[in-house]
Amino acid sequence: MLATGPNSWIWWPWVTSHGHLIWKDTRQHIELTAVAVAIGLVISLPLALVARRYPRSEAFILGGTGVVYTIPSLAAIGLLLPITGLSALTAEIMLVGYTLLILVRNVLAGLEAVPDEIREAARGMGFGPMRLLVRIELPLALPAIIAGIRIATVTTIGLVTITALIGLGGLGQLIYDGLGREFHTPLIVGSVLSVVLAVIADVALLGVERIATPWARARRS
Amino acid sequence: MHFLSEVVHWFTASSHWHGVGGIPHRMEQHVVMSVVVTVAAAAVALPIGVWLGHVGRGGPLAVNVSNIGRAVPSFAVLVIAEQVSGEIGAVPAFAALFLLAMPPILTNAYTGVRGVDPELREASEGMGLTPMQTLVRVELPLALPLIMAGVRTAAVQVVATATLAAVVAWGGLGRYIVDGLGARDDVQIFAGAVMVLVLAFGTELALGLVQRWLTPRGVRPTRPGPPDVVKNEPFAGAAEVLGPV
Repeated sequence: MLATGPNSWIWWPWVTSHGHLIWKDTRQHIELTAVAVAIGLVISLPLALVARRYPRSEAFILGGTGVVYTIPSLAAIGLLLPITGLSALTAEIMLVGYTLLILVRNVLAGLEAVPDEIREAARGMGFGPMRLLVRIELPLALPAIIAGIRIATVTTIGLVTITALIGLGGLGQLIYDGLGREFHTPLIVGSVLSVVLAVIADVALLGVERIATPWARARRS
Repeated sequence: MHFLSEVVHWFTASSHWHGVGGIPHRMEQHVVMSVVVTVAAAAVALPIGVWLGHVGRGGPLAVNVSNIGRAVPSFAVLVIAEQVSGEIGAVPAFAALFLLAMPPILTNAYTGVRGVDPELREASEGMGLTPMQTLVRVELPLALPLIMAGVRTAAVQVVATATLAAVVAWGGLGRYIVDGLGARDDVQIFAGAVMVLVLAFGTELALGLVQRWLTPRGVRPTRPGPPDVVKNEPFAGAAEVLGPV
């Protein structure tokens, strides 16, 4: 197990000679994740706004996204295959589905946490509903929204690994290649890089939050 | 419509209801593995989480274990378990599922006990209850909804990941999907997916009922709370604790 050479857990000559392959899988992984989170956000924002505008729809929207969230990923792929086939579309529908509950909930929580006095003050200053939302409510909800994006991103990066089962590449491909083999290096490289990607994305989004909410930083210091 | 009639035909074929590859056997494997793993993970993670919450220590650990669990792909854990154990089938499947089931249970148990109103804790001590009595009579009943939410989340995750365990040559319902992917048999994949879906939803609903039943009457929500709290209703999902698999 601790031996050096091709049978060790990581054999560096393989890593250095397969840099191109590793980079290709990493790039695919990032692309699949970024598309899923971006589309998830585009769908979740209006959903959250509808849920807030029409309280009767809130239970329906949260319940619906909750049901989607509960579908096991492999089952989701299996149910989509007859319709969308072995395609990136199948993977993206599955990935986007899981981001919805997380994002809708956090956007809602962020908007609901905006104090009523601030809303009243803005209305008193002549803000219409649209300007109130864009200039006051969404900026104040930003920390909660970004927290949701962070959870959704980290979750998606982990989930993307199984899209290798339908031949879409990504770091899951390296993990899949390690299956049933004595040669462990691809498996370890794929697993470690997936976790590293998740950590980098999480820290980067935290940085975005700091930059986007300078007033919170002023309060902290 | 033609495809769906083929799926119905698949389900009604008697050959799919007998033997090692039959639906009853695969379903039984899946259910037994899920129950055993969830019970084993709860037996280890619950005491740790409850104790950490009770003494108020290890908060960052108890919370971060879930964040780490979310970042580590279940697929990777399964394949690594296969290679570390040097075996295929039930051994790596159990090991991986066990590891993945612990974080949500531990985190929720910690959060539940830690979140009990400190005034209640002080009041019970003022009434002369020992720390152990405070834990058993005050903290645990109040933390039960959250504790059960963690167990439910873990159980649903186990049912889902057990499907994936077919890649390390374990049985269960995932076999229909993984074998179907290898043979390009969309009908079998779809049928397997439907069964996994039913099992996951059934687990969510059943444990949701248990959770409601275990919640002390005094702390049952009378109206929906804000969306950032863990809710008691089924399908509310514990998104802040865990991602799907």
